[in-house]
Amino acid sequence: MTVEIGHFALVLAFVLTLVQFTVPLVGARIGDERMMAVGGPTAVAAFALTLLSFAALTYAYIVSDFSVVNVWENSHSQKPMLYKVTGVWGNHEGSMLLWIVILAAFAALVAWFGRNLPATLRANVLAVQGLIGASFMLFILATSNPFTRLNPAPMEGRDLNPLLQDIGLAIHPPLLYLGYVGFSICFSFACAALIEGRIDAAWARWVRPWTLAAWLFLTGGIAMGSYWAYYELGWGGFWFWDPVENASFLPWLAGTAMLHSAIVMEKRSALKIWTVLLAIMTFSLSLLGTFLVRSGVLTSVHAFATDPTRGVFILGILVFFIGGSLSLFALRASRLTTGGLFHPISREGALVLNNLFLSTATATVLIGTLYPLLVEAVTGDKISVGPPFFNMTFIPLIIPLLIAVPFGPLLAWKRGDLYAACQRLFAAFAASLAVVVVVWFFVDGASVAAALGIGLAFWLIFGPLTDLALKSGVGNVSPGIAMRRFAGLPRSVYGTALAHIGVGLTVLGIVAVTTLEVERMAGMQPGDTMEVSGYTLRFDGIRPHQGPNFTEDQGVFTYFNASGREMGTIISSKRLYTARQFPTTEAGLRTHGLSQLYIALGDRLPDGSIVVRAWWKPLVLLIWLGSVVMMIGAGFSLADRRLRVGAPSARKARPAGTVEAPA
Amino acid sequence: MRPFVSRTLAPLLLALSLLASPAHAALDPDELLDDPVLEERARGLSAELRCMVCQNQSIDDSNAELARDLRVLVRERILAGDSDAEVIEYVVSRYGEFVLLRPPFTLRNAALWASPVLLILGGGGFIFFATRNRRRQEVAKLSEEEDQKLKELLERG
Repeated sequence: MTVEIGHFALVLAFVLTLVQFTVPLVGARIGDERMMAVGGPTAVAAFALTLLSFAALTYAYIVSDFSVVNVWENSHSQKPMLYKVTGVWGNHEGSMLLWIVILAAFAALVAWFGRNLPATLRANVLAVQGLIGASFMLFILATSNPFTRLNPAPMEGRDLNPLLQDIGLAIHPPLLYLGYVGFSICFSFACAALIEGRIDAAWARWVRPWTLAAWLFLTGGIAMGSYWAYYELGWGGFWFWDPVENASFLPWLAGTAMLHSAIVMEKRSALKIWTVLLAIMTFSLSLLGTFLVRSGVLTSVHAFATDPTRGVFILGILVFFIGGSLSLFALRASRLTTGGLFHPISREGALVLNNLFLSTATATVLIGTLYPLLVEAVTGDKISVGPPFFNMTFIPLIIPLLIAVPFGPLLAWKRGDLYAACQRLFAAFAASLAVVVVVWFFVDGASVAAALGIGLAFWLIFGPLTDLALKSGVGNVSPGIAMRRFAGLPRSVYGTALAHIGVGLTVLGIVAVTTLEVERMAGMQPGDTMEVSGYTLRFDGIRPHQGPNFTEDQGVFTYFNASGREMGTIISSKRLYTARQFPTTEAGLRTHGLSQLYIALGDRLPDGSIVVRAWWKPLVLLIWLGSVVMMIGAGFSLADRRLRVGAPSARKARPAGTVEAPA
Repeated sequence: MRPFVSRTLAPLLLALSLLASPAHAALDPDELLDDPVLEERARGLSAELRCMVCQNQSIDDSNAELARDLRVLVRERILAGDSDAEVIEYVVSRYGEFVLLRPPFTLRNAALWASPVLLILGGGGFIFFATRNRRRQEVAKLSEEEDQKLKELLERG
């Protein structure tokens, strides 16, 4: 019964989103306030209904109701409760349901917080959001219904894919979807602006918090996914340029570009058309990601063709929204007026440079991801575009951008002084150069790439620190006043600095682990030892262990530091999930500061020894801690006074920034 | 510089519907070459070659039987005195271009390799000319009358 209520709630939500789409849109067109006002309550009600629907499915998972096909396929009565709940979105149907719950939640938030928006803008935003919601709800109801029953009900479920039975599944997809779907708001705002044919600095101010929030979640989602892959897959890679990863990285790159261009639009009324285009592209890339992952097209064009219903449906949604929004853009963009002028050497100029490099990087990753599909579709040949391609193209594109990062915040709006910025950054440059020299001469085994890469990372850390110091007047005023000025800086200044420092920390982690990693591999018998970067590992043997829904062989290691002191034991194991007869490796990890010792078990060799692989991963944790710092930066920017709820009231903000296009 | 990330995996990010296989580094100690220089070359080449039966993994990472055969083959060719290019050529002649994780510079792949360069140059050029033209237009915008007015205003102030 609960399951049917969930199904029914989803149908109701679908119908409501149709109302949410049509009524406010017409209302905004003919200027009927009552019709426009329909958008808010329907959005909130649709959210409540999708939430009810999601709760019903979750309930079916919790009580292990195997009369529901979806639960039977992806759950097991012996599975720990956490994975019963997270298993709800650990499959196609459930994850799409989560997708629309989040979409509806964002629409409800606009309805709730958007009271100070101009009525027509709010109505149009909610209408576009309603249309997106309706499309995806129809997709679920028509092709991916999670509420389908099974009769007779089996006694036991088929269990969740063991790779997904991890805390990572609890955090990673929800965060990722919050990011993906969060960009739908920017998309809806862009479409609404195009429908109205009017856009101004106030628009950028309203859109920016949503962009920041979506970016924050997407950053967290990608970082979490990367860490999950790192410890779960068993050899400690953190980024693989896999198409599925690229699908999440593309909206992140485009969203990062949009965050920066929206600043120019808000402060200087320039780059309007470009910002609107980026808002459309970012969400389009989110949709493309959803399509690539959901349709199965990535495995092969042919795999896609064998069961095309879902794929074709999402492709339809994709074409409709991307095509529709771009047509709207083509029709209306000329109405948007261009804004303030600026000299190439200026804050605006720096942000345009940022956008040039980020967009090119986005396009490169996009083309690389789609090229094999294209070639296979056109010529029938199969080719591979893998990590070597992406490393060869993406890295050279991103390095100049990273070098330029510290200059941006030091240049003035309209016309900046590059020479003065260089002078101010001299100390940061000298310090980074010192780091290069220290790494080159004092770190054992350091290559040129390691030294320069680590220098670049420190440049990205020292640069923003210089900016903060200058803005609080360090050196010009007494330390007391500087402290007070520092505390009084706008939060967005901290936000910028922290986000850029976060990038520096991530770069530091990536460079350190790729250039200075130590790898050891050997077949080991109990009692054998292995030396890894100053630590000695002693293999104590294999012991069996019984988990709730798996059995495992645990390899027990005792490890000693360079002076022979015992540091503790590390357990690395191989698991077999009984329901699916699915083996996984559980790496043994030990953290020292920001570095990790990583041990994975391999197969048994003919002589009875076990293959053991051990890595010393220097500063590896910085890769993800850097992302956390970026997220904190986004949080600071989000808390800036000018973005706070109610700060830009509709009436006050408009006369100042509006440049109305002739109707 | 060593490749930034030299490994591929069974999809995990968003790992919801695609088949995920239990992946782990699969190079076994008994396959290693005794000469560390040659072994280093073999590792580098392995990272460039795709495991044909896997979901986007290099042969260096895959534990599939076919990947092991290829790893052994690469090492045999290296021991036989082949250069890196010769090894790659040999593997491609047997398995086709699909085996290469870095597509070769051929006419068919021209769009792939050229696009980053064209985009950055094209985008940069567009921005350069767009801003230059606009600046010119805007600068030329004051008419004589306006100039006069401006002068008056300035003198009055």
